[in-house]
Amino acid sequence: MSHIWMMIAQRLALGLVTLLVVSLIIFLGTELLPGDFAQEILGQAATPETVAALREQLGLNDPMHIRYVGWLTDVLRGDLGESLANGQSVADLIGRRLGNTLSLALYAAAIAVPLSLSLGILAALFRNSFFDRVANASALTSISFPEFFVAYILIFWLAGAGGPFPSMANFRGDPSLGDFLYRTFLPALTLTLVVTAHMMRMTRAAIINLLASPYIEMARLKGMKPMRVIIRHALPNALAPIINVVALNLAYLITGVVVVEVVFVYPGLGQLMVDSVSARDMPVVQGISLVFAAAFVLLNLTADVLATLSNPRLIHRR
Amino acid sequence: MGFIIGLVWFVVVIAIAMAAGLLFRFLMVQICPKGIAKEMRTAPMTASFGMLMILIYIIVAVFAPLIAPFSETEIVGREYDAWNNVNLLGTDNLGRDMLSRLIYAARNTVGIAFIITALAFFLGSILGLLAAIVGGWVDQALSRTVDVLMAIPSLIFAMLLLTIFGTSVVSMIIVIALIDSTRVFRLARSVAMNIVVMDYVEAAKLRGEGLWRLITREILPNAMAPLVAEFGLRFCFVFLMISALSFLGLGMQPPTADWGSMVKDNATLITFGDITPLLPAGAIALLTVSVNFVVDWQLHRASGLKEQ
Repeated sequence: MSHIWMMIAQRLALGLVTLLVVSLIIFLGTELLPGDFAQEILGQAATPETVAALREQLGLNDPMHIRYVGWLTDVLRGDLGESLANGQSVADLIGRRLGNTLSLALYAAAIAVPLSLSLGILAALFRNSFFDRVANASALTSISFPEFFVAYILIFWLAGAGGPFPSMANFRGDPSLGDFLYRTFLPALTLTLVVTAHMMRMTRAAIINLLASPYIEMARLKGMKPMRVIIRHALPNALAPIINVVALNLAYLITGVVVVEVVFVYPGLGQLMVDSVSARDMPVVQGISLVFAAAFVLLNLTADVLATLSNPRLIHRR
Repeated sequence: MGFIIGLVWFVVVIAIAMAAGLLFRFLMVQICPKGIAKEMRTAPMTASFGMLMILIYIIVAVFAPLIAPFSETEIVGREYDAWNNVNLLGTDNLGRDMLSRLIYAARNTVGIAFIITALAFFLGSILGLLAAIVGGWVDQALSRTVDVLMAIPSLIFAMLLLTIFGTSVVSMIIVIALIDSTRVFRLARSVAMNIVVMDYVEAAKLRGEGLWRLITREILPNAMAPLVAEFGLRFCFVFLMISALSFLGLGMQPPTADWGSMVKDNATLITFGDITPLLPAGAIALLTVSVNFVVDWQLHRASGLKEQ
């Protein structure tokens, strides 16, 4: 059993290294910014003296590696600097919106994962039937749709002109759970539609790949019902690829959230990021990129570990 | 009631699309020389519909100035005019002709997506093949760099880089080409890895063929099939990405006509029940669907289909 922990520890260490390098890339962003960072903060009207003073104050005159270490320790302490646009603390700005983004992504995942897994199993069960073909074609179609197209179609149908749902997910204060679920239904549905197709197709493929193996043949010859063959025999062995594709799509949800948030005017991280990119507010962009990248790396890591744990041959190896 | 009408429309559109696909396949089989005609006959309905659509997009993009009734940026009427005889699809938020902008956008958006994909392919496949052939520390350095770059979600990474270089068409092209070349690198390397170990490559090396000749003459021809399929898929991703960026206001800058930003500019109309802003979004969707259909068919053929 011990080597499995070794393996997990190894993966974790690798993930940490990746995060470190990612943070380095994100830090280099300020270095590559054309022009002077201090000049950028103070604007055009600044005198050379004030610019020089600010450079000194921000420590811009130190060599790069010292500044990176300083920046990194600040980040680890939760200090992401201040926004260039309004001087607010970046950590505060992000903290206020992170919860919103996460709950939207979770909401979408809670619908999408069970839905796509059961659709995938059904498609494998009724393979090459009319249902399978329709499911396949619609999967291919929905993969090709831009998120905002799906979002606006939903708005056109279900909101606006007397539709039952609000077209904007903009809320103030703390809505009750029911109210939150109702107001964010359309964005969550959009995200669900975008990721379901891929997960469904991969689930189907993973199961079908196994159906030709001898032990499935055996189960069938025993007179087992097809549904039971798939659930009891094929599914456990197909878990690793399925877990992988679920994690990949959850990671995709994190980035897909950006566009959807903008469409529905949802007060999340994606909105903030888009606004900051057009304003070239580097500290905010850095902070949000760091959060998104960390979530991305962590999800992939979890998928790796879970996929390993789901395979008995790897757990009980001698 | 509205739902049922929508459903009827949906079925009618699907039926027309299928008919168009079949007709196109029939025509192509008649026109093409024997070899191609034989391949065309095996195309499923979805793929022939896809090819027809791609052809139409290319024609529209190339002959945009001849087809469009007005120029790209000219203001021809009031803002948000409804569909009428002069401006067939009405006017946009500044009073420019919607139809003309849709047509010009085919040229801008598709053209730029194509340039980016080609750049990403050039860079990614050359480096990938190089890594596979040379191996050793070159391979290690390139592969680890790509691993790290791929650990950042691509849209977020693109936005980070656009903050640094500023939002303009040129920086968008470079940034997305760079990000996508990492994905191409992965594929090209793994494909080439299987080819490099073959005897005939060994023989070519012993013959004293140089690196460039080895890549272009020996490896590339055998790695072409998966790379071409990947080109189609990559094009879709790139196309969706620049549309998303333009939609967010970070891609193509006004007054260039572009499908993503056209949706953004006219989005308010949707809540009033006007479908005009959905047209550019639909144009994006239709092209990506078409390319996917064709790629799916090609992959199907290449893999020999082992699904039962």
